[in-house]
Amino acid sequence: MSSQTINLTLKVWRQNKNNPRGALETYPANNISTDMSFLEMLDVVNEELTAEGVEPIAFDHDCREGICGMCGAVVNGRAHGHMPETTLCQLHMRHFNDGDTIVIEPWRARAFPVVKDLVADSSGLDKIIQAGGYISINAGGPQDGNAIPIARDNAEKAFNAATCIGCGACVAACPNASAMLFTGAKISHLALLPQGKPEAKNRALAMVRAMDELGFGNCSNEAECEAECPKGISIREIARMNREFIKAAFS
Amino acid sequence: MNWFVQNISTAVGKKLLMAITGLGFLGFIAVHLAGNITFYFGKDAFLHYVETLHALGPVIVIVELVLLALAVIHVSTGTVLFTRNWQARKTRYAVDKSAGGRTIGSRTMPYTGFLILLFVILHLCQFHFIDRTQQTPYDAAVNTFSNIFYALIYIGAVILVGIHIRHGFWSLFQSLGLNHEKYMPAIRAVGIAFAIAAAVGFAFIPIYIRAVT
Ligand code: SF4
Ligand code: FES
Repeated sequence: MSSQTINLTLKVWRQNKNNPRGALETYPANNISTDMSFLEMLDVVNEELTAEGVEPIAFDHDCREGICGMCGAVVNGRAHGHMPETTLCQLHMRHFNDGDTIVIEPWRARAFPVVKDLVADSSGLDKIIQAGGYISINAGGPQDGNAIPIARDNAEKAFNAATCIGCGACVAACPNASAMLFTGAKISHLALLPQGKPEAKNRALAMVRAMDELGFGNCSNEAECEAECPKGISIREIARMNREFIKAAFS
Repeated sequence: MNWFVQNISTAVGKKLLMAITGLGFLGFIAVHLAGNITFYFGKDAFLHYVETLHALGPVIVIVELVLLALAVIHVSTGTVLFTRNWQARKTRYAVDKSAGGRTIGSRTMPYTGFLILLFVILHLCQFHFIDRTQQTPYDAAVNTFSNIFYALIYIGAVILVGIHIRHGFWSLFQSLGLNHEKYMPAIRAVGIAFAIAAAVGFAFIPIYIRAVT
């Protein structure tokens, strides 16, 4: 596929301490190569803004290869843009057309306060992990890795759940700003493995309670999260979390 | 008991409350619909059904009290969820598009829910809290539905019930943790069939009564 250039109009959320309420600002994005990623397009726009003496647009990013979970914005009403199972850094400009207007907003949730422009503070997800998303290792002689048999099916399911990169798109896409897909994935990948079993009960209760305390909304099974998740995590992980919670809460 | 309250008031606990009470209502709707089918067999068949039901005596009273308790829990938990979820996103998106997860049922759950509550109150006033020495339930139905205005309200309301069930049915299984790729497609299909059966089955009663009288 040959490379092309397209011209776009961006409407970007700008918010900083001089403009604490925030507003959408319009900027042109001209001569954008269709081979660029969405973040590279923002880099180009930022260089132009800097040259003009305008403060560049702040956005989060790190790996730019879809594995770290730092990037993310709502593009034309869709978390990480309209392509399935794609993070914003892996979204390419070839999926846009010349002349398009693109509205870019930060993740919006009470639990994710906007720090600046497109940067939202999603550290609430880390706090959910801190509440119980780990296994306690009592150090000793290292064990043979194959000493603990794990059913292949469970290993696969645990791996799939563990592909969650903690990007927060599920919260951003949820009509209720609930963090259940993330929490479900984190509870599931440990609950499916023998190493996670001893602490399963406390983990389920602690992580669900942390989710509530941090101000996330309540899941009403809208299933928007699984449709937007860049890693294709299924709401079956939420069902598994519910089972884990029921086991922990009533036994 | 403290542990119970603490666990049931979490986000997952509230979901379980909605699911279990909702399951109770699905059972009630199935029985109510089955009973109402006697309407299509004429006045005698319907009144015979009503008498058989009332002959159950204390059982009916217990069922009514259970339904009342379910309603109180379902409505109050639903109201809490509705307000909390509204507060969970203070600034709304300028552009908000669905990725394809939501359905007409899931989008409108709280609104269809509140409207159904109003309808249930109206329905109880017109058919439950009436002086049965003055008119039989059959006559009450004929009188009510001779008014086109009421007939339309009832038809509209049972369509809302169908829309509510469209989401509520599969959703309650998901909430109870019963989601597996093997049987979820079947649960979803049965849910849609149940929703259509409830809406169509109840909606035709006023139409039928107006047609025969
Ligand atoms: S579940 Fe998916 S959308 Fe949610 S944080 Fe994990 S990777 Fe992101
Ligand atoms: S920058 Fe790491 S996932 Fe996008």
